[in-house]
Amino acid sequence: MTHLPAHQATPAADTQGTTLARTPPHDLHAHLADRLGEAARGWLDQALDEAAAHPGAHGPISVWELRLAEAGRRCGPEHADAARILILHAARADTDALTRVYAQGTAAERRAVLHALPHLVPGPQALPLVEDALRTNDTRLLAAAVGPYAARHLDAHHWRHAVLKCLFTGVPVTEVADLERRAHADRELARMLGDYAAERTAAGRPVPEDLHRVLTLTDPTATPPAPAADHGPNGAEGPHGKES
Amino acid sequence: MRIFDPHIHMTSRTTDDYQAMHAAGVRAVVEPAFWLGQPRTSPASFLDYFDSLLGWEPFRAAQYGIAHHCTLALNPKEANDPRCLPVLDELPRYLVKDQVVAVGEIGYDSMTPAEDTALAAQLQLAADHQLPALVHTPHRDKLAGLRRTLDVVRESALPTDRVLVDHLNETTVKEAKDSGCWLGFSVYPDTKMDEERMVAILRTYGPEQVLVNSAADWGRSDPLKTRKVGDLMLAEGFGEDDVDRVLWRNPVAFYGLSGRLDLDIAATEATHEGNSILRGGA
Repeated sequence: MTHLPAHQATPAADTQGTTLARTPPHDLHAHLADRLGEAARGWLDQALDEAAAHPGAHGPISVWELRLAEAGRRCGPEHADAARILILHAARADTDALTRVYAQGTAAERRAVLHALPHLVPGPQALPLVEDALRTNDTRLLAAAVGPYAARHLDAHHWRHAVLKCLFTGVPVTEVADLERRAHADRELARMLGDYAAERTAAGRPVPEDLHRVLTLTDPTATPPAPAADHGPNGAEGPHGKES
Repeated sequence: MRIFDPHIHMTSRTTDDYQAMHAAGVRAVVEPAFWLGQPRTSPASFLDYFDSLLGWEPFRAAQYGIAHHCTLALNPKEANDPRCLPVLDELPRYLVKDQVVAVGEIGYDSMTPAEDTALAAQLQLAADHQLPALVHTPHRDKLAGLRRTLDVVRESALPTDRVLVDHLNETTVKEAKDSGCWLGFSVYPDTKMDEERMVAILRTYGPEQVLVNSAADWGRSDPLKTRKVGDLMLAEGFGEDDVDRVLWRNPVAFYGLSGRLDLDIAATEATHEGNSILRGGA
């Protein structure tokens, strides 16, 4: 069972996308059912039944989309992401439905859609949602955007910019799914990181610790990523990294 | 001093304001949808604005340890432009969102038939969505505007104790109080209320169901006016409990009628600072 971090209201603590996106819906449901109070659990069960019974479009605000909107006040904000992912999954939301929910959603609903993508969309059709989120400056959306779906489908250029944006905005790179594999031997990413480090250093500003970590992963002589690359945050001695 | 500003347009304010507000004790705000200074010409412009009030602005507020909720509506001024009216058809899908704690600002600007229609329709939307309503009273012809507002409220499906009439002053407070509505006062540098008059009204009418806001926006206004009223209340002999009631517990009670207030950010902040920000209120 994957451990989900307890909810904290600080923005940084809301970045639990990788975990939510990686947890199979069945496990997510079991996890959530253990933690919800009786009323919230009853509400969720009914919402999931409704979603399963009425998938697809039922007008501009179908019942299951209403449930999606109110998940925060029914389950508590700390459980809303998981509840929304489960409702989307139960509704078997396709790319069109996910796109509608995202476009009409609050930031919290958009985050849930991004988490749900790897569970629901096998191909790259939903990439415009990821790209939309990556254009924002909301770190909760950015963290949700760099999950397994982006790792699987985002092209190299957009992916490199996503990694760089994490460094710029303070999203921990541990949120970037499959970082080791995608960064491995990526010379262009290494160049971008080196330039960024140089720019920071020239300005007399500290280089983010995460930059060195990613830079180390780009080293083609580094340990191959599978099954697990052995690069922790101590990889601060990157080839171009300069502590300031 | 813990402060809940129940009416402030943070979209028009800077991060310096957020920082100063937090330093002054502000831990929660409600941002009503309103006119942006430049008239809108299409519903899409409203929808982007609503999305911002449900996305980017709460994120910005959270960076400064302030819980952000909003009220959504077609505002009175723009209700007069037929190009904007289709917003009313979009509101139902927005009014179900978690962070929407009232329908507002609705009410009168120039007291036109179009404003009558929009006000009545949106009071009904509030009733349909189990939401309270934030009702702006007009700048011009204020007392007549209040009376007409209260008439429409009484004819609506929404009970008066789920309605906050805002921008009150010496000429409108008594009739508003007699109606059973919640009483909102906007404290401004030049217009509307000021701190001294606000304290005088509190002395005359008491702190029950009174909410004080800065209504700070893109015009000359001051997001710290709530704190200044609290300070003057203390200096003029009110107790800390009265200040807490007006600046925290009353807004929590009014917007709490929505069942959607989430003051977790304020709670986290309280833990960090070792005081009980939610004591007795949430």
